Formats: sequence, C-alpha cells, structure tokens
Amino acid sequence: MTRPRLVTGARLHYDAVRSQHVLLVPEGIVRLNPSAVAVLELCDGERDLDAIVGTLSERYDGADVSDDVRGLVSAMSAKGLVVDADV
Amino acid sequence: MPTSSSVTRPLTLIAELSYRCPLRCPYCSNPLEIGKLAYRDELVTGDWVRVFGEAARLGVLQLALTGGEPMLRRDLPQLCEAARDAGLYTSLITAGTLFDAARARELRRAGLDHVQISIQSSDPDDNDRIAGNRSFVKKIAAARLARRLGFPLTINCVLHRHNLDRIDEILELALELGAQRLELANTQYYGWAVLNQAALMPTREQLEHAEAAVNRFRQRVGPQLDILWVLPDYYEDLPKPCMGGWARTALVVVPNGDVLPCQAASTIPGLAIDNVRERSLEWIWNESDAFTRFRGTDWMQEPCRTCPLGRQQEDFGGCRCQAMRLTGDAAATDPVCRFSADHHQVAQARDAAHGGEFIYRTLRPIAGRLR
Repeated sequence: MTRPRLVTGARLHYDAVRSQHVLLVPEGIVRLNPSAVAVLELCDGERDLDAIVGTLSERYDGADVSDDVRGLVSAMSAKGLVVDADV
Repeated sequence: MPTSSSVTRPLTLIAELSYRCPLRCPYCSNPLEIGKLAYRDELVTGDWVRVFGEAARLGVLQLALTGGEPMLRRDLPQLCEAARDAGLYTSLITAGTLFDAARARELRRAGLDHVQISIQSSDPDDNDRIAGNRSFVKKIAAARLARRLGFPLTINCVLHRHNLDRIDEILELALELGAQRLELANTQYYGWAVLNQAALMPTREQLEHAEAAVNRFRQRVGPQLDILWVLPDYYEDLPKPCMGGWARTALVVVPNGDVLPCQAASTIPGLAIDNVRERSLEWIWNESDAFTRFRGTDWMQEPCRTCPLGRQQEDFGGCRCQAMRLTGDAAATDPVCRFSADHHQVAQARDAAHGGEFIYRTLRPIAGRLR
C-alpha cells in the first residue's frame, strides 16, 4: 500500500442523530472512532503512508502513531474499504 | 409494546418508487396485487422529498431507490438531489434497461452515490427468458456506463434452479464488469416467487456446488469484489434474521405511501398499515400497529419464547410473512426452524420442486391463477 484512498463510493459522514462518525459505503455503514476518522480523512490517494503518519504525529505533538496508522489502513484494506491509488 | 426509549432507530429506508417495470421476473418481491388501483396512485415528488427529510431526522443513513423500476420516475434526479440534501447515502436499484448516458450523467450530477444493476443470468438468452424481456445487452451496457462515470457498481443476481449452474460465469462476469459488490440472492419465497416456488426451487446439489464455487472465487479474488451470498433458507434448519429483526433497522415505503417493516408485510392480514400522506415517519416507526406488532421478543410463542439455542436476539424468530404463509399464524416460529412443529412443510416444498414453466410478473389481474 503506497498511497491509500477510500474505495470508490465510500464517504465519511457525521451521524448527528447518534453523535457518531461513520463511513458510508454501498449498502453498508462502518462506525468509526475519532482516531480512525483522522486517518481516513488523510487517505486521499495523494499522500503516502509516511506522509499520513508525519501529519498526524505533528498534530499529536510528535507522538509515535506509525503502528496505529499502518494497523488501521491494513485492516480497512483487508475489508476492501481502503485501496491503493496506484493500482 | 416496547417503550419509545427502547426502540432502536432505523438505518435504512427502502423507497419503492413505482411498481411499473419493463421486466417480468417470476421471483419479483413486489406484491401479487401490483396492478391494483391503490398502487397506481404514486406519491408525488414533494411527498418523497418530505419523507427523505423525515427519514434522515429519524436516523436513516442509507436510502435505496427501488421499485419496480425506479428509472420510470421522471423526477428521479430531483429525488436524488433531495436525498443528497438530506445527507442520505443513495443507491439506485435498477434493471438497467433505461440507464442511458444522458440520464446516468444527470443522476451523477444530482448526487446519486451508488448503482446496483440486476442480471438474471450470465447467458444472454437465459437472462432474457427469465426476465421475460430482451434486456441482457442493455444491462451490460448500463453496468459499463456506470463504471465509466465513476459510480461504485453492485451486480445483483437472484439465484434459482434455472441459473445456479452458471455460477462460475456469473462470478467472472461481475469481476469483468468491474463490480465492487456482487449480491447472489438465493430466491426468497415472497411475492411472485411464491407463485413460482416449484419452478424456482433448486436442488441441494446445485446449491452445494454454487457455494463451493463462491468460496473458491473469494479465495482467489479477495476483497476487491465483495460477495454477499443470501442463504437459501429452505435448505437451512435455523431461520434467517429476516430484515435484521422486525421494525429494528429498516422501513419500506411503497409507491402509494404505505409504510411497512418489510416488502412482504402487506400479506399479513389484520396488520394496520399507515401512510406517509397521513402520518409522520417518526410516528409510524414508533407507534403504528404494523411496526410495533412484532418488535422485540414479547410477542413470541413457543418454541421461540424459550428458544433451546438462545437465538431470540440472533434470528428474531425468523420471518413473520413466512410463518403466516406456512402456518396461518404470523406470530408462529418461522417453519424453517427445526424446532417448529411445521418444519415438515419446508421439506415438502423442497420435494415438490419440478423446475417447470414460469408464471411471469404482470400488472394484469392474476386472481384466476391463484390457488
């Protein structure tokens, strides 16, 4: 996975009725915690994984977020929700 | 009746915009009475726009625009815009025959999120025979067009005795078309499929062969094509969680504005059905007879009441419409369940299968052909 993006048709959405972030996909709803939202917002098909890690690390005062980011992207990709923009 | 505070909020609105359709599929899930006057009195644009807003405020996130054939509604782009404005994720469930470039682009601009196109078989002649309409070439063109315009594409194929043996071809076709999802919906016996049950019912060997093919394909292709295999419940011995539980996650609004907990609920006698022309969606969800009758578990009888497998919250007693049809009591355990006293009826239906001629869907009266 070099430059991750959301699969075609996936859309981040804030469900105001339930106060919950979700990823809306064809016929599906994936509930997201705030840190997952922060990662997925950066999966734009332009940034590579290192850039996403760098951006978030900066946002969280230099915290080491590499394993969390890679773990989330890998789990979402196994479900077909995140794909590689270069493939 | 559960109190309002214990009632979950719906996630999905199934909007059956019209029962008109150029196809005549013998397993159509629409009611047998689609020709009756009441259903021809379709909601107008403004009604649907209001319903979408009410649905979003109630908690609905997913909207399915279906029918019949939703493309027959000339106001479809306006409806997609209204759905987008309400914040709904909108899917178009179409046969594809009217999905041409001009209309598809218009829907894309209007904010439609996802296109689902049905095929009846991977074989053109079989497709056209099952659909009762020459449609295969148009469907394939529509699927390619949807992908070209950047829509995520789902291919849907209802499976039965007459197409299960083509499962490998159906899987390959979906992959070649660039589909992201493939719904392999083993026929569920509601609507027109009841009339055609003996013709449609597959053999156990057909199902086992097809399921093995699906599993091999999943192994080979991975997550790029998500395959939904809808269980053939007549070959199961525990019931399906029909609709994810009665009035638990979804609402169906039919062409004239009646609101139901599932597409087949109008077959349950004595169920008082309310209409969006007279009541708000919120009232109907929380208070109406149709939605509260079988919500939760308090209505359950034996063997569900003391389920030996503790599956009350897993299968919700199965399907109310199937219980009604096979036992005459909508509150009975779904006879698919091996603990049901009527389970033998499911075995009898399997044995009665013959694969004979279809009775095609029609808007004309069919009363003479019903038992």
